[in-house]
Amino acid sequence: MPSLKDLKNRIASVKSTRKITKAMQMVAAAKLRRAQDAAEASRPYTERFNTVMTGLASGAAGSASAPRLLSGTGSDQTHLLVVMTAERGLCGGFNGNIAKLARSHAQKLLAQGKTVKILTVGKKGRDVIKRDLGEHFVEHVDLSAVKRISYHNAQSIAKDVLAKFDGGEFDIATIFFSRFENVVTQHPTASQIIPAQFEAVEGGETSLYDYEPSEEAVLADLLPRGVATQIFAALLENAASEQGARMSAMDNATRNAGDMIDKLTIEYNRSRQAKITNELIEIISGAEAL
Amino acid sequence: MANVQFDLVSPERLLASVEASEVQIPGADGDMTAMEGHAPTITTLRPGVLRVVHSGGTDEYVVSGGFAEITAKGVSVLAEQALPRGEMTQEVFDEMIADAKAAMKSAEEVFKNEPGPVDDAAKLISDMVAMGGHIGLTSN
Repeated sequence: MPSLKDLKNRIASVKSTRKITKAMQMVAAAKLRRAQDAAEASRPYTERFNTVMTGLASGAAGSASAPRLLSGTGSDQTHLLVVMTAERGLCGGFNGNIAKLARSHAQKLLAQGKTVKILTVGKKGRDVIKRDLGEHFVEHVDLSAVKRISYHNAQSIAKDVLAKFDGGEFDIATIFFSRFENVVTQHPTASQIIPAQFEAVEGGETSLYDYEPSEEAVLADLLPRGVATQIFAALLENAASEQGARMSAMDNATRNAGDMIDKLTIEYNRSRQAKITNELIEIISGAEAL
Repeated sequence: MANVQFDLVSPERLLASVEASEVQIPGADGDMTAMEGHAPTITTLRPGVLRVVHSGGTDEYVVSGGFAEITAKGVSVLAEQALPRGEMTQEVFDEMIADAKAAMKSAEEVFKNEPGPVDDAAKLISDMVAMGGHIGLTSN
């Protein structure tokens, strides 16, 4: 049975925890709004880009001279997994879910005898991956100093990935990130970026374009941009998901702390009452004995 | 005169969406002006100044690269980096030049025996310098 003083201290400590989680929740809510706005703002670009790319890619995919970024290297031996997670924890299952998806994907590939290389973005994912798949870890991109993700960040990651591709270090690249659905649901997603995949539009209105300088040159120029665009979109989705996950995790924590305070307060009142009753009994029985 | 729907988007935001009477585009193979009824064209961009003429006057934007999709009814410019000309300062320009120079350096390292990418990078720098000269900024 804890003493009254212990209980009082306990209540005070849970109260201050609740204050912290409440504050974190509100900060996450504000950041979520900003992250969502950023994701929203990038959508027109991504959509139009994909429309044009789909048209171009479906025309070029059949030809033998298609760029390697589109047709692949002809092998699927070496896989590069780009695992994107958050820089910070305390956001529920967000980091764990992405890492879990990446890990199961990697193990499946390894079981098939493929070579796996892993590039991580975000500190939390690196820690998990290094522990479980340390020998496959090749590189880490640090974004901890970045406050707002800009296209520039995505470009530098894309440049890195493309340089590895040109250097023949891998055949297929897949990115792992969390797709933002709403504050309570985020889906860990894997999406292949090299070779580029576009859903063929069946009988879509593919108007005949003139290409300048030439169809091949335009395609060769756009494919690397496509990689950067996809990475950028994934980073933005991830940022929104992270804040959403943190917000709901902190909301839960705040509620739990509230429940705990109620319970502890009841216990505190009961034991105080018990003590008073005890004292009264002692006084009365003392008086009666006289 | 009929107008075309002009959209300028960068990965980070939608910069402009107006009804324009003509749009001057810095295409990779040379400038072109798109008006209503233009043949459907997709062109890549070089760093340069994009000029949009609409009922409220003329707007100018600085773009660093990307591509434009032109149809009879509209022009969509998807720029890698774009900003209104008024926001183009010497610092931004210097940064762009520095980026391009870094890209050229890495191209020189990666493609030692292939002149193609290195030449492309060199052209990018000269395009940028030319653009700077056009809007009154100098590179050092």
